[in-house]
Amino acid sequence: MNRYLLIESREPAESASVVEHYELAGELAKRGNDVSLFLVQNGVLPVRQGALADALAKATARGVKLFADEFSLRERGIEAPFAAGAKPEPIDFVVERMLDGTKVIWH
Amino acid sequence: MTKKVLSIVENGFRATLEEQDDTVIWFAHVLKGAGAEMTVLLRGNAVNYATKKQDPSGLAFGDRKQTRPPRIHEDLASLAKKGVAVLAVHEDVGHYGLKRDDLIPEVELVPKTRVPQLIDEFDRVWWW
Amino acid sequence: MTQTLTFLLMDPPYENARTTTALRLVDAAIRKGCNVNVFAYEGAVYLPFAKQQPHANAVHGSDAAQEDHPNPKDWIAALTAAAQSKGLKLDWVNCGLCVDERGAAECIPSVRRGSPADFLKFVDASANTLVIPTR
Repeated sequence: MNRYLLIESREPAESASVVEHYELAGELAKRGNDVSLFLVQNGVLPVRQGALADALAKATARGVKLFADEFSLRERGIEAPFAAGAKPEPIDFVVERMLDGTKVIWH
Repeated sequence: MTKKVLSIVENGFRATLEEQDDTVIWFAHVLKGAGAEMTVLLRGNAVNYATKKQDPSGLAFGDRKQTRPPRIHEDLASLAKKGVAVLAVHEDVGHYGLKRDDLIPEVELVPKTRVPQLIDEFDRVWWW
Repeated sequence: MTQTLTFLLMDPPYENARTTTALRLVDAAIRKGCNVNVFAYEGAVYLPFAKQQPHANAVHGSDAAQEDHPNPKDWIAALTAAAQSKGLKLDWVNCGLCVDERGAAECIPSVRRGSPADFLKFVDASANTLVIPTR
């Protein structure tokens, strides 16, 4: 089993590959890996309540843990509660995962 | 010991005319020469890099002509000859209207379902 | 033992959010007591370009001092100083051919010229590596 932190920096309207990336997170989780998805920059836009977060919800339903960069949320005026169960974390979260041996991939 | 690297190239034709190559494919060449153990996976529009019939020749600005246009499919073929596996996602190839015969023989097609498995197999995954 | 993290950046300054996020990650790594390597590829070789200058902003009604417009070279210098003050190192390498084709040779003193082979050495010597590609 591997630990993954997939970083998604874009939102679905920017590229079709964003939803594919969420799906990949789900596939990696389905393979028995410990998978977290960290949203940063415009990647946090889907977690505003009322935004279209279905694709993210599908990933979390498959066991992907969802996090969002606190600063990116604040920068865009996105406040709790967050869609798809996203948990805000400081950017340090990424560094901590890099240090604990997690495979970290930026998209 | 160098870890095994999977280099996923998704973003094609970005600045390739100015650079006269794809800088990520070029980077793979140099890293291989420096001892890296790598596999390159083309997906998204970057699968078009494996097309045999690419011809960006003839670019000119006033009197200044481009004398060495990019030959990305040849760069991929030579990368494969150096021992770097060059893979492409089969469904993405079809998405762009390409068939196996349109592609250089050195590229190996893999189904999209294989991508999570590949990611699991490599120590480092760099997604360009 | 002090751990080392490596980042590869590709974007030039002022073009998109990845630059700031990348430097936030470097900052976080230093705060957490890590040595940090940065390999600047392609446009990222302009991040530590020595000739960046701040400017006023008439739309904001501010002069240069009031606007205090950031230049990434100063952020990088500050990160280097922060690392040094903690007995750590920020080793920033600009890809040499990328520097040549862009004419970006004049960079701040803490930055050195290198090649992809340096990036591979960084990767081999680091606990982990994050590639932040351009789009």
